Amino acid sequence: MIAARQIYAIVRKDLLLELRAREQVVGMGVFALLTLVTFNFAFDLTGADRAASGSGALWVAIMFAGLLGMGRAAAIERQQGAWEGLLLSPADRGTIFLGKLASALLFIGIVEALALALFTALFALPVLRPMVLLVVGLGTVGFGTLGTLFSVMAATTRAREVLLPVLLFPLALPVVISSVRATTLLLTERQAEVGPWISLLLGFDVLFLGIAYLVFGHAVEE
Amino acid sequence: MASRITQRPRDLWGRALGSLSAVLVALSVTMIFLYVPSDQVQGAVQRLFYIHLPAAWLAYFSFFLIFVSSIAYLARRHPRWDRLARSAAELGFVFTTIVLLTGSIWGRPIWGTWWTWDARLTTTLILWFIYLAYFMLRAYVSDPERAARYAAVLGIVGFVDVPIIHMSVRWWRTLHPQPIVVRAEGPAMPESMLLTLAVTMVAFMVLYLFLLVEKYRVERMKDELAELRLQHSG
Amino acid sequence: MPAIEAVGLTKRYGNRLALAGVSLRVETGECVGIFGANGAGKSTLLRILATLVRPTTGHVRCCGLALPGQANEIRRLIGVVGHQTYLVDDLTAWENLDFYARLYGLRDAAGRIQDVLDRLGLGDRAGERVRALSRGLQQRLSIARAILHRPLVLLLDEPDTGLDREGRDRLQALIADQVARGGAVLLATHSVEFGSQVVSRALFLDRGRLAWERPVGEELAGELERQLRRRP
Repeated sequence: MIAARQIYAIVRKDLLLELRAREQVVGMGVFALLTLVTFNFAFDLTGADRAASGSGALWVAIMFAGLLGMGRAAAIERQQGAWEGLLLSPADRGTIFLGKLASALLFIGIVEALALALFTALFALPVLRPMVLLVVGLGTVGFGTLGTLFSVMAATTRAREVLLPVLLFPLALPVVISSVRATTLLLTERQAEVGPWISLLLGFDVLFLGIAYLVFGHAVEE
Repeated sequence: MASRITQRPRDLWGRALGSLSAVLVALSVTMIFLYVPSDQVQGAVQRLFYIHLPAAWLAYFSFFLIFVSSIAYLARRHPRWDRLARSAAELGFVFTTIVLLTGSIWGRPIWGTWWTWDARLTTTLILWFIYLAYFMLRAYVSDPERAARYAAVLGIVGFVDVPIIHMSVRWWRTLHPQPIVVRAEGPAMPESMLLTLAVTMVAFMVLYLFLLVEKYRVERMKDELAELRLQHSG
Repeated sequence: MPAIEAVGLTKRYGNRLALAGVSLRVETGECVGIFGANGAGKSTLLRILATLVRPTTGHVRCCGLALPGQANEIRRLIGVVGHQTYLVDDLTAWENLDFYARLYGLRDAAGRIQDVLDRLGLGDRAGERVRALSRGLQQRLSIARAILHRPLVLLLDEPDTGLDREGRDRLQALIADQVARGGAVLLATHSVEFGSQVVSRALFLDRGRLAWERPVGEELAGELERQLRRRP
């Protein structure tokens, strides 16, 4: 119960800060949109097989924007000086992890809503459907979990902007593969085959949420 | 502290392991090139397989060692576990590189291409990238204690992730020859090939153990040297 | 039961030994000062006691609770002022304290926030963003943050940094009040003038070791000045 209130406090603080300083969501959103537009020129996303390359473009946009946002979030925490204040509080390290994850998911979620809307408009692909949204949600949780864990670690190192993708992308590969595959299958009306990918995403999320919750304390010690 | 270094008894274990691995490696090289016949279909290039397979096993075994010592390090915070993880990581990286190179050279004549996005190959490539990330993480953290902690977190997450990566890549696409050594109905290989493989396997394991012991010793000496420097400066 | 009991603390940062075996005991109802030059290990010591840094060797107990096992229980009992203000620059003073009140799960948060703001003379600055406050006022707010949850033990690392005359008086009153209520204060400073006014016992740290310890007397200030001047 107290944990839920602490998570709420963290998310509330991050949201308030974002409303004031606007250092994350706007940048992430513009970045995601530009990625989509650039992809349109790199691969022709208007042809008949646009469902396949389209879902790839969508996920690259989401993940690059997410990477940017989570790296920025960790940097803001350090630069504003409140990070250690958070560590001094009696909130469980696992609770702090869940709070930071919830903030990251909220911000990435806003950007995703924007990207999905634009995606529908630009490429006439029906992505605003419950199953697609489920895949987007599961993929984002998996990606956000590892991203939140690694971004607090990378934030204290030299060359943190370089290190975060180097850590995150190889380990998030299962999320990339299953999200892209599942989205492609859904967009090409092959719903029957999507089951295993969704189970894989679900399994990944549960497993790494558990591990990250447990090891987060070791990542935030000074 | 100083006396412990100078008076350390001549290390019999290390020498025995070193001599044994030298003999075994020489034996397996002889067997690979002179004893075992060429594969009827694949020709001479198939001989790479005797190096490729043991190297692959050791590449993955190294990661298992990192996983175990990472958990032990986070639980106990004793530098010895970090030293073990460090040593295993370096060996694992070397063996993963060997797997990729031998696989690629073998694939050129057999598959007709240096590289193919087959499940096992791709997983090994990702493993290689994880090892790379592991070293970069260590290199970019200045405080050794913090580097050890971060590396341990990555070691745990990475090890759990590798089977999932493999599964996802396999579902994605597969082209790799089906396992021919471990099969329910028994291995599908002539006896001479099996014998060569067995000898190479043992040779690689002994060599690995020897390198691990030596590497661990070097890491411990580095730590002791840092300790001595500290005592003399302070 | 002592408020703080530390035995044989060392802390290594790579090739640097920040603390080289420090043991200390702080009883309830006393204010202990840690003096020493820059880099003597004062901050490292306080950061270990504040549960932020895990010592390389040594043990810490706070009010009978042990680190690192009972760190979260200890965090409820300690209030920390450090080099950083632990404040979010783009939130207002009130929002900052409200954030911490929620993290600590405080009842009657509004009343307590108003109370600590008043005690630090910030009652009319509650709606201002931290970024807009002067360094001295930020420091006062940082102190308010540290006492918000009414901790039993105060760990203060150069809390007088940037404070004006009035700020220092308020801090002094606050420390006196904490001691009078049976709490404990551990104060690290290199300002002899401020330190010798509030501490009842002084420890002197020199390159990671406790050089000496003595109760406050007339000659303390002079002795501290000499020690500090010896190591610029």
